[in-house]
Amino acid sequence: MTGAAVAVDQAAYFDWLCRMGDNCLILGHRVSEWCGHSPVLEEDIALANTALDLIGQTQLWLGLAGEVEGKGRTADRLAYFRDAAQFRNVLLVERPNGDFGTTLMRQFLFDAWHMEMLRALQRSADPRVAEIAAKAAKEVAYHLERSADLVIRLGDGTEESHARMQKALDALYPYTGEMFLADAVDQAMAEAGIAPDPADLRAAWDRTVGQVMAEATLRLPDGSFQHRGGKTGRHTEALGFILADMQFLQRAYPGGVW
Amino acid sequence: MYAQMVKAEGAKSRDEMSDQERAFQDRIDRGEKIEPKEWMPEGYRKTLIRQIGQHAHSEIVGQLPEGNWITRAPTLERKAILLAKVQDEAGHGLYLYSAAETLGISRDELLEQLHNGRMKYSSIFNYPTLTWADIGTVGWLVDGAAIMNQVQLQKTSYGPYSRAMIRICKEESFHQRQGYDILMKMCLQGTPEQKEMAQDALNRFWYPSLMMFGPSDKDSVHSAQSMQWKIKINTNDELRQKFVDQTVPQAEYLGLTIPDPNLRWNEEKGGYDFSEPDWDEFFQVINGNGPCNAERLQARVDAWEDGAWFREGLMAHARKQDARRAAARLAAE
Repeated sequence: MTGAAVAVDQAAYFDWLCRMGDNCLILGHRVSEWCGHSPVLEEDIALANTALDLIGQTQLWLGLAGEVEGKGRTADRLAYFRDAAQFRNVLLVERPNGDFGTTLMRQFLFDAWHMEMLRALQRSADPRVAEIAAKAAKEVAYHLERSADLVIRLGDGTEESHARMQKALDALYPYTGEMFLADAVDQAMAEAGIAPDPADLRAAWDRTVGQVMAEATLRLPDGSFQHRGGKTGRHTEALGFILADMQFLQRAYPGGVW
Repeated sequence: MYAQMVKAEGAKSRDEMSDQERAFQDRIDRGEKIEPKEWMPEGYRKTLIRQIGQHAHSEIVGQLPEGNWITRAPTLERKAILLAKVQDEAGHGLYLYSAAETLGISRDELLEQLHNGRMKYSSIFNYPTLTWADIGTVGWLVDGAAIMNQVQLQKTSYGPYSRAMIRICKEESFHQRQGYDILMKMCLQGTPEQKEMAQDALNRFWYPSLMMFGPSDKDSVHSAQSMQWKIKINTNDELRQKFVDQTVPQAEYLGLTIPDPNLRWNEEKGGYDFSEPDWDEFFQVINGNGPCNAERLQARVDAWEDGAWFREGLMAHARKQDARRAAARLAAE
């Protein structure tokens, strides 16, 4: 059967699947930049593992996006041949790695959202989405456990580790609001029963983040200002460089077989 | 792989050995494994620490040249495979540091010796990975050479090292296959430009790969003792010959040319004759003058120093938790 088992605007569905896939792809890219450079060998292993999970999830989401679009584009085609304005990831995941604390804080803030999203998606009206979500949820449960644990330990560690984690939280918090903003695409998905209204994930996210920050002895910023744009293709300067790196071979050697 | 020029403590003849040393040598000769808590000559312990430590360092420094291409891998599948491979290497580092720790040295002490230059890692990782074909070539040749060396080390006399090698060998053969697979795609299905890229990679990595086995036997001063202790099973030249014999047909299959005008089959010895690598270059690289020595080591030192606050933070948290638990116990009493 072509398209979803449910009646939904295919362009919106494609867009929404790109949001899911691009979040995984861009965060996976960022995490993989640490390979061989992390503070301790166990973290090199854990980060490579996280990146690997995210790239695997990218293949599933973008694969389905290509299927829904029905123009013969594969996951690779979508990853390697779109320019920044066609990318649909939230701005949070493209933020530069910074120090290891910033990387961990970004991971935790995203994981806490990702977990709630995947939990809800397991009840999707489209069984293909529910199936990907079920597989990804197992991996993300581990990502969240690990990132939450490290945020707590570093927040409540030394004076320096506390200060670094607070600084990371302050810098990244203004990029979290976008994950809960619903636009026409999200509304179409919610109406079709494919995905939850992102605003509905907020309460659970606030609870998780609130608990972890309390235990980490970190103070939540007031959050009154929030950046937005990634979900509709307006990105920070960072994304162009990520893509220049990622897409280099495919762009420089057209017709190559890899 | 990855142990070159490991200095062994002086070899002794049977007559020079004490009773205890003779008994130890008898166990080795019978093929018994030596385990951590058992008596061993100090030279055996030191030599093993050097060898296993160098091997572990090679695994973690080895993440860098391949990690260099993870963000630029040409497909999502290639990216995932390369990530898995580099993750395996970090895992190998972990087994090997653990094996070294059974000999009474900590991972932190070993890292300190890497960082201050007292311990080495394999010369091969001081060469740059300039193109995607290098990633294929590193898998094919570098992991190929590593397997050659590690297969024999599965039989090494020290139990924990031998067991680590058995696990590592299983993963390395997957690494070599993925490298060769990259080159098969590029050479057999790719564009002329891609094949050129592969030939260029082979040209640059051929001799450095031959150097991985260490200097020629006639110049390898420490081999005799290491072989007497079965820390090392085959000589450098034996392994190098085996590697060349295995690799030449693989290059032919890819349609690539080994950059050695003297390479020819020698019916009499049943193996290829080939040119020696430039040993002056080898010693230059070992002594810090390879194309990437400074940046590889700096990357490791930076990772360690920039991560100090992270490690200290975790330690401080653990101490706080211990204190809290102790206080809670006290309050409950």
